[in-house]
Amino acid sequence: MLGIEKTVEKTAVEILRRAVIHLPKDVKDALNNAYENETSETGRTQLKAILDNIKLGESSKTPICQDTGIILYYVTVGKDFGDFSFIPEALRAAVRTATAEVPLRPNAVHPLTRKNSGDNTGSNMPYINWDIGGGDYIELTAMPKGAGSENMSSFAMLTPAEGVSALKRFVIDQVIRAGAQPCPPTIVGVGVGGSADIAMKLAKKALLRPTNARHPEPEIADLERALLSAINMTGIGPMGLGGTFTSLGVNMEYAHCHTASLPVGLNMQCWAARRATARIHRDGTVEMMS
Amino acid sequence: MATFKFRTPVTETDVRKPNIGDIVYVTGTMITARDQAHRRALEHVKTGKAIPVNFEGGAIFHCGPIAVKEKEQWRIVAAGPTTSTRMEAYEAEFIEKLRPRIIVGKAGMGAKTAEAAKRFGAIYCDFTGGAAVLASQRIKAVRGVEWYDLGMPEALWILEVEEFGPMTVTIDSRGKNLHDIIQRSAQDRLTEILKTLGVSQ
Repeated sequence: MLGIEKTVEKTAVEILRRAVIHLPKDVKDALNNAYENETSETGRTQLKAILDNIKLGESSKTPICQDTGIILYYVTVGKDFGDFSFIPEALRAAVRTATAEVPLRPNAVHPLTRKNSGDNTGSNMPYINWDIGGGDYIELTAMPKGAGSENMSSFAMLTPAEGVSALKRFVIDQVIRAGAQPCPPTIVGVGVGGSADIAMKLAKKALLRPTNARHPEPEIADLERALLSAINMTGIGPMGLGGTFTSLGVNMEYAHCHTASLPVGLNMQCWAARRATARIHRDGTVEMMS
Repeated sequence: MATFKFRTPVTETDVRKPNIGDIVYVTGTMITARDQAHRRALEHVKTGKAIPVNFEGGAIFHCGPIAVKEKEQWRIVAAGPTTSTRMEAYEAEFIEKLRPRIIVGKAGMGAKTAEAAKRFGAIYCDFTGGAAVLASQRIKAVRGVEWYDLGMPEALWILEVEEFGPMTVTIDSRGKNLHDIIQRSAQDRLTEILKTLGVSQ
């Protein structure tokens, strides 16, 4: 039996492999639904190509998109898991292995010199988002994030006077500005409140929630639904070639914020919404969650 | 919409036939070029330095593939298009100086590229973004790779393709721009869309 360090490393490779080859069921269901209900002929052609590509990727065990992204991990450490100081090194090793074995495209470059590290690791990369949870396990999520959608991220420091109307306008404006670029049909992650950095973090974290799951609070869930309907009135459509399905879902998360501010972050996710999660218990047992 | 099957090198007369919305397939040689390759190629043109490939009459592909080397031979694993708007800063000059006829990418390009397409005879086509496995099936062989020092995504990959497509023409040689039309139409609907959200402008 492997030690816990090796188990985490091996599982981190496996969820990366899984993420880049198999889309989560909720995303596939949403894409199938879009294909069945899209009214534009060009839009349907694009969705057909997307669905064919997903099947082909799964059957040939090939990453569905060549942009396997930069590698982001979300780690929730259970209070009874014990020592977890080895995790950053285990995840770096996992990214190196996955890059060579899956394979992933080496995307990580120095931001100024643009020199490619060759193995998807580097300063602060893979990036790890930490959280605290219960139980004797860690929950590990891999989110490979492509640049086409990430490049369409944006932030606005709105004023409380402008309020929800400004938030709505901001989201619609950004979706129109992004047009075809984030590979629609997209999932739109919106982070509201906190501070500038917190809003951006929440916008991305919102993308971890399944596309068909609305926010537990009814007011937020209603806002998510209303924004989705509005986005799908733009006519941008699949791959921005015209049609109804510009987005598959809007996921919103919030934090309380200063009485004087209204920060709003927006993170776009392309149709290839890749994520995979596993639970690793202290005794080394692994549960694949998605 | 009409369908066109091109073989490289493509003549100016042929490339001027399709309209936006038409479907195109390409057979022959397609060379990948992203931001860094565009920049270096134009620098070489300026300084008179040799460029290791000939773009004339050919197809360029905004793509950074995943490639693996098996027994000294490269194989393309996945090769979908990247977002072309990043190359807008270079493409008009690239078309003028190096004369490719077909530019393949996703998400469209801007007014400068459309003007160059009109002036020098070129088209821009969208391949479905993210459909990297579908795309790689139409790539028959890797003829070579140049400028690998730029990294795997940014290098020039010389690909032999067969009926690469279907692609949608979104900039034709009359300078019409389909993505631009769709974007403007979305912008025109903004007031109506915001009204459904209870937002008055």
